[in-house]
Amino acid sequence: MRSQATFVAFILPATIFLIVLVIYPVVATLTLGFVGADGQFTGLDNFATVIGSKQTVNADCLQTGPPCGTLINNLIWIGLHLPLTMFMGLFLAMLLQRVRGAAIVKSMIFLGMVTPLIVIGTVLKFILEAPIGLVPAFFGSIGIKGLAVNWLTSNPSTLLFGLIMGTVWSWTGFSMIVYSAGLTTIPKDYFEAARVDGASEWQVFRKITWPLLKPVTLVIVTMTVLWELKLFDIVIGATNQQGGLGGAADVLALQMYRFFYVQDYNHAAVVATLLTIFTFVVSISLFRELLNLPRHKRRLLRARAKPAEVGTDSPQATIAPTGDSP
Amino acid sequence: MTSLVDRGPRRRPWKLPFRPRTILIHVVAWTVGLAWLLPFIGVAVVSVRPLSETALGWWNPSPFHLTFDNFISAWNNPGCPLSLGLRDSFFVALPATIIPMLVGAFAGYGFARFRTRTRDYIFLSVVLFMAVPQMMVAVPVYNLMIALGLISNLLSLILVHSAWGIPWIILFMRNFFRTLPEEIEEAARVDGASDFKIFYKIVLPMALPAMAAVVVFQFMWVWNDFFFAQVLVQKSDWFLSTQCVPRLSGQLAHPYDLLSAGAILTMIVPVALYLVLQRFYIRGLIGWTIKG
Repeated sequence: MRSQATFVAFILPATIFLIVLVIYPVVATLTLGFVGADGQFTGLDNFATVIGSKQTVNADCLQTGPPCGTLINNLIWIGLHLPLTMFMGLFLAMLLQRVRGAAIVKSMIFLGMVTPLIVIGTVLKFILEAPIGLVPAFFGSIGIKGLAVNWLTSNPSTLLFGLIMGTVWSWTGFSMIVYSAGLTTIPKDYFEAARVDGASEWQVFRKITWPLLKPVTLVIVTMTVLWELKLFDIVIGATNQQGGLGGAADVLALQMYRFFYVQDYNHAAVVATLLTIFTFVVSISLFRELLNLPRHKRRLLRARAKPAEVGTDSPQATIAPTGDSP
Repeated sequence: MTSLVDRGPRRRPWKLPFRPRTILIHVVAWTVGLAWLLPFIGVAVVSVRPLSETALGWWNPSPFHLTFDNFISAWNNPGCPLSLGLRDSFFVALPATIIPMLVGAFAGYGFARFRTRTRDYIFLSVVLFMAVPQMMVAVPVYNLMIALGLISNLLSLILVHSAWGIPWIILFMRNFFRTLPEEIEEAARVDGASDFKIFYKIVLPMALPAMAAVVVFQFMWVWNDFFFAQVLVQKSDWFLSTQCVPRLSGQLAHPYDLLSAGAILTMIVPVALYLVLQRFYIRGLIGWTIKG
C-alpha cells in the first residue's frame, strides 16, 4: 500500500462506526456524570451520591451479611470467582492433556461459555431453587437442612454465594481452553529434559509450566476480571432487576441499568463511568505487560520489577497478542 | 536419575493393560465433564416432561412421559413468543456479523499493509475499545437512536453490534493478514491492479478461514447479547429471543416448563454453531485473547 490516502480509505468505514457509536457515546456519558438532570454543572455531586449510597457500598454487611452493595459484590465476585476459575481451568487443562477424548470433555465444560448468559442465569434456577434443583436436594439428602432450601429466594448469603458458584461453573471453560492453548506452545522437550533429570511433577509445574504460562495467565486474569466487572445477564436471569432478595446479588451493571430504566441518566452515567475506570485500569495493566511498549518505557518497567522477575520476560514474545508475525 | 535407575531393572510379575494412574486420570476427567454437563441435562429433561413430573426434582424417574408441549407453549407464548424472538435474533445477528466482518477486514488489511509505526497505538486503542463496558455507551446510544427514530427497530441493534465488533475484528484480521506473503500482492500491483482490487480479488479469498472464525465468534456474541437488546428494543413485538427467556414466566411463580423450553430454544443456535464450527470458534477466541 503506497499512499496515505489509500490507507485512510481502508480504515475510514471502521473509523466512522467507532466515532459515532463508541467514542462519541463514551464522551457523552462522561459529561453526563458531571451535570444534573437540568444540565447544570454539579461537579462530583453525582459521584458522591452514588458512592455514598447503601446500594453501592453497604458497610453494615460486615455485621449483618449481604446485601453488601453493588461495588462490594463485584469485588467479592472477583475475589472468589477469579482464583477458582483460574486454577480449575489450569487443573483441567493439564489433566486433559493426558486424556483420551479430551476434546469431548472440553466441549462439555465449554458449553457454559457458548450459551447466552441470560440462559445461564435461567439454568441456575434449575440447580439452586428448591424443590426442583439438584443442589438443595443434595444437601437435603446428606442431612444439612440449612442448605436444603431455595438458594435464590430464602437467604441473601446463599443467593450471592450460589450465583458466584454458578458463574464459576459457566466461566471455567474459558480459562481451561486458553490454558490448553497455552500449554501446546510449551515445547515437549522441556518436560522430557526435566523428567530425565529426575524432577518431580510438582517441580516440573513450579519451574517450567507455571512460569512459561505467565503471559497466558495474565490474559486470563484480565479477561476474567473484565467479565466479572460487566456481570449483568446472569444476575438478572437468575433473580430480577433488583438483584434478588434485598439486592443481595446486585452488581454495578445492574445498578446502572436500573438508573437508566427510570431515566435517571446522570446517575446511570456515574455508575457506567465508575465501571469504565475499573475496566481501563485492568486493561491498561495488561497492555503494559503484554504489548510491545516503546523501548524506553519497557526499560522503566524492568527497572521497577524485581531483578528475579526480569528473566521471565522472554516467553512473552511467544504469546504476546501483538508480536509481529514474520 | 536415581528414580529411573531404581525402577528400570525390576520387572513386574504381571502387567495391567493400563497403568492405574492413567485410569484414575480418565475417571476424574470424564466425571468432571459429566458433572459440568449436569445442569444442562437437568434443563433438557425438564423441557421434555410435564412439569408435574419434574417439579420435585427432574431426576425422579417415574412417571416418565415424553412431551413437546413445553416447546409448543414457549414457541407460542402470548407474552413473548419465541417464534418471533428467534426470528428477530436472526434478523439482528446475521447483518451484525457480516457488516463488521467486512468493515473490520478492510481496516485490518489497511493496518497490516500500510507501512507506518502506528502499531502500538492501534493495539492500545483496540485494547481500550474492548475494555469499554456496554453500559458506558448505553444512554447516549439510546438518545441517538431516539433522535434517529430507531428505538425498537432492529436496525439500531445491528448498527451498535457492528460498531462493537469492529475493534477485535480489526486486530484479529490484521494479525492474520500479516501472515500472508506479500509477493502475490506485489505481483498483482506490478500488473497494474489497484489496492482495492488486490484486496477483494486476492486477499479476501485467502482470508476465508480467518473470516470463518470471525463469523462464528461475532454471530455468537450478537446472538447471546442481552444488555443492548434490553436498552434498544422496548416493544414486545420486536423482543429478541434472549429478551424472551426471562419474560416467559409472565405472572406464573415457577414456570420451569416454559423456562426450560425457552432456554433450550435460545441456546440451541449458538451451541449448534459451536459444535459444527468448533475449530473456528476456538481460533476466534484465542485470537481475541492471545494470538491468531
